[in-house]
Amino acid sequence: MIRPLSRPRRKNPLLRTRQPLLPPGGRSRAALGLTAAAALGRFELQACAECNAVQYPPREVCHRCLSGTLRWRPQSGLGELLSETLVQASHDPYFRERLPWRLGLVRLDVGPTLVVHLHGGCAPAPSRVRVGARLDKSGQGVLLAFPLEEVPNMADDPELHEMTCDPRFRKALVTDSRTPLGQAMVRALIDAGADLVWAAHAEPWKQAPGFADLLALPQVAPVPLDVTESRSVKEAAAEIGGKVDILINTAEVHRAHGIASRSGIESARAEMDVNYFGLLRLAQEFGPVMRARGADGVASATAWVNILSIYALANFPPHGTFSASKAAALSLSQCLRAEMRPGGIRVINAFPGPIDDEWNQTLPPPKLAPAALAKAVIQALKDGIEDVYPGDVAEEWLARYRESPKTLERELSP
Amino acid sequence: MSDDAPKAAQRMAAPASSLASLAADLASGAVRVIDLSQTLSPRFPQIVLPPEFGQCWPFRIEEISRYDERGAAWYWNNFSCGEHTGTHFDAPIHWVSGRDLPRNATDTLPVEHLIGPACVIDCSREAARDPDFLLTAEHIRRFEAEHGRIPPRAWVLMRTDWSKRTDPAAYQNYDATGQHTPGPALDAVRFLIEERDVIGFGTESIGTDAGQGYHLKPPYPCHYYMHGAGRYGLQCLANLDLLPPQGAIIFCAPLKIENGSGSPIRALALVPHGGSNHG
Amino acid sequence: MAKTRARAGRRKAAERAGGQAVRRKTRHGGARRLREAVVTAPITVPYVRYSIRNAHFFVGRALAALLEQSRLDKSDIDGLSVGSFTLSPDTAIGLTQHLGVTVRWLDHVPLGGACGIVALRRARRAVEAGDAEVVACIGADTNHVDSFRQSLASFSVFARDAVFPYGSGGPNASFAFLTSHYMRSFGATREDFAKICIAQRENALSYPHALFKKRLTLEEYLSARPIADPIRLFDCVMPCAGAEGFLVMTRERARSLGLPFARVRATCERHNAFPEDPIQMRGGWVLDRERLYGEAGVEPRDIDFVETYDDYPVMSLIQLEDLGFCVKGEGPEFVRRHTFTTDGSFPLNTSGGQLSVGQAGCAAGFLGLVEAIRQLTGQNLARAVPEARIGLAVGFGMITYDRGLCSGAAVLGRADA
Repeated sequence: MIRPLSRPRRKNPLLRTRQPLLPPGGRSRAALGLTAAAALGRFELQACAECNAVQYPPREVCHRCLSGTLRWRPQSGLGELLSETLVQASHDPYFRERLPWRLGLVRLDVGPTLVVHLHGGCAPAPSRVRVGARLDKSGQGVLLAFPLEEVPNMADDPELHEMTCDPRFRKALVTDSRTPLGQAMVRALIDAGADLVWAAHAEPWKQAPGFADLLALPQVAPVPLDVTESRSVKEAAAEIGGKVDILINTAEVHRAHGIASRSGIESARAEMDVNYFGLLRLAQEFGPVMRARGADGVASATAWVNILSIYALANFPPHGTFSASKAAALSLSQCLRAEMRPGGIRVINAFPGPIDDEWNQTLPPPKLAPAALAKAVIQALKDGIEDVYPGDVAEEWLARYRESPKTLERELSP
Repeated sequence: MSDDAPKAAQRMAAPASSLASLAADLASGAVRVIDLSQTLSPRFPQIVLPPEFGQCWPFRIEEISRYDERGAAWYWNNFSCGEHTGTHFDAPIHWVSGRDLPRNATDTLPVEHLIGPACVIDCSREAARDPDFLLTAEHIRRFEAEHGRIPPRAWVLMRTDWSKRTDPAAYQNYDATGQHTPGPALDAVRFLIEERDVIGFGTESIGTDAGQGYHLKPPYPCHYYMHGAGRYGLQCLANLDLLPPQGAIIFCAPLKIENGSGSPIRALALVPHGGSNHG
Repeated sequence: MAKTRARAGRRKAAERAGGQAVRRKTRHGGARRLREAVVTAPITVPYVRYSIRNAHFFVGRALAALLEQSRLDKSDIDGLSVGSFTLSPDTAIGLTQHLGVTVRWLDHVPLGGACGIVALRRARRAVEAGDAEVVACIGADTNHVDSFRQSLASFSVFARDAVFPYGSGGPNASFAFLTSHYMRSFGATREDFAKICIAQRENALSYPHALFKKRLTLEEYLSARPIADPIRLFDCVMPCAGAEGFLVMTRERARSLGLPFARVRATCERHNAFPEDPIQMRGGWVLDRERLYGEAGVEPRDIDFVETYDDYPVMSLIQLEDLGFCVKGEGPEFVRRHTFTTDGSFPLNTSGGQLSVGQAGCAAGFLGLVEAIRQLTGQNLARAVPEARIGLAVGFGMITYDRGLCSGAAVLGRADA
């Protein structure tokens, strides 16, 4: 029986904040393949290209035929829980704070024996389970055995909760909450159980349809924030930064220009100023305090979400300068991810294809509705994954990109 | 008396002594200096065009160092803005009607034009009643009847007390049909240029034209005709209520930007002490 | 356990086997005669819970103790085998300069609980082949306050990738899985494990180097601090610092030095046995016991005492099953039938085993062998097994992921057996 998460009590401001510790994060290069797949929400293991033997732990050559060609393949994770234990003493500082901790030994149907974290909903050994991969607090891939059927309060299992960024009982900041996406994001966070959403807006004198209704919601608090203005970011961080658990950076300038279609750099500069420098300003002002609160109880700081674009991977020339600004933001977000890791803060990048908004007006469908993007972001938070590609266009471009970036480049520039 | 006496007397009475007496008046407070500029700050409202057009940068400022590891003993900043950010000057080259005139840019225009008499027409009550108030030629004639004829090569400044609107939303005064700020009517602009030979027109709001100037014919008549006639504009002025209707001298020099269309300025006025308020 | 002496016929058969081996060897190797290697000079560098010294100190003091007991000179040692985890970044070669020994045979055997058996196997062949005359075999490790946690991080790639992140901070979880599975599969109870632990503690009371000096009661065992269910505190060894060692030399040399010695009747080792087993319920001994006992010329019932590798009590049961003392799965029943003190029906870990003595890293891989040599040479520090003639020492270890990869065993005999 999994105890449901209860709303945390109001924090006593005089108490010292528990500092973030991380589970052991060292991995060999081969093992990082498991992390890479888990970052996308997938459970993959190596399989031998020649004899198909599935390998675990990750390694360099096939344990059966010694082939050097091992390929990461998605796994169903179905297997038998052979044995389990409840760890009650540990040398590891991170786990020591979180005892008792349930572990299991699973024999996958495809062969290997796995040491796994064991979800509280799994029946005692022997029983059937389904193993999945998640990113743990140190951002590395780990295995977690789940029961085959959903159990009540599934997400509240304390081990799973450590690996996810559930919005429930948390406070979130949406950095541009006036756009259709921003508004959808605010509403989706409230639906997912966020206690408070700061709806940030840059130009208070500008109205947007629906924004007044949004501000009327009880969980919403407006906050002035202009990501192009350093002092504005600083002041917003000073006011609310110490309470932000989830930051969703929706601030964006999007113009539909390549290089030749627009003289001067002013339009491109506006894109960079928001899409790249805006991220930098936010990261400088909000990052450190979020990082320090990574272990601050049930409603700890937990995630930073960037709404990038699938164009960040490969330039879409009709929106060429926009693509470049998103590529710059992608690179910077990797830097941010590295800097936030010590606090156990997950940096999540969403790479949607064209959103159904005015700047993509001339593009043919399929286009992603803002509400669908918001929903995908919420799911990514609940799963604790790092890279999310919502929608059909994004998924297809990702598949093409992974197979051959150069081919995709050509396909995008007819 | 020696042969030099008449010359010495002449020297004492020479026109150059007006500067000396100005200096003395400034020191004594007989002449006061009024600051007609808004503070350049990131919060000051900025003109915004439709998104598909190029945008004028708002004022932004980034520290270089502040007595810290970036520079232990000094504090300084880099700033950026557009030529038309904050309290600023419009040169004739700014508008298509003035693009080919000689000496039409900030670095080429005659500097004599940058100091001159200011006539301040008080439209504050009208603007309070109607944000779309248009100053007509008729209003100007009534002003002259009370305060005297506008001298040639004067600056005409439209006082609306708009600068007292410190809430940015109220200053911009946007709604679904666009911006609503006061400005000159077409006939007022033509009158000032053709009948009074003004050097330029100034307002307290963003834009020398009214917020709804797009709908006048031609659109933005103040920009169109003033710059087309080689005259200038001043915008986002403040403290016009501290100037007399006539008699102030205004200093409004833009930065000497190569081929510039305008620049933020520190607009200043000299007013006689005690002779500042009216109405 | 019946103490039957080996029948004369069986002994002759063993000798014939050995003799045949001799002839085969000479046919292949030329005119050189195979010499018999024996083990002598069992030593222990006293264990301490924590030490500020490095492993080199414990190796060095072990070598000094070997020289003292054998009355040899350092220059007489021409072979060195070292098992240690905490020598890093040094290996055995660094020790030659550190300790000032010149050797013509060198081995580094970082195999944990199997290093004693494996060291013996290598050293024995070296001496028999004439590659060395006197080989010092030492297992030693230090223990600083955070040694254990540090060593885990660098123990193996698989541990770092697939065990360490799961937080039990060591092999405890792996053995909890094993113990739980064993209990469920074969009906073992915590009382069964308790019996072994309590008996070994009893044995340790007479052993001066044991770190645990108090009797253990069933109540204490059952209510001890839980570590990882079903394992509790007294199922786990205490990591410490120390060293164990012995010398390997020819029988002739031992005699000429007047050193009591034990004979090496047979040894075996195997690594990564049964990789297809989903969970480790058996070890490599299953595959090697027949040849082991055949070569030794004995059967399980001829063994007078057994020194298992007891990192967890469940492993002692598995070793007893796999080495033929009972059938797989009947370990619990075997435990209930016997008593395991030195004067009991089945003397087990007669100096207390590492569960009572402490685990000084790789020294634990030597613990059983050294105690076996003591029992068989009359140099007991703990109580003596009456009329001990044949002893079995078992090696096991290197849990690089989910199971102990190494298994080994040595059957030793009294010089006159």
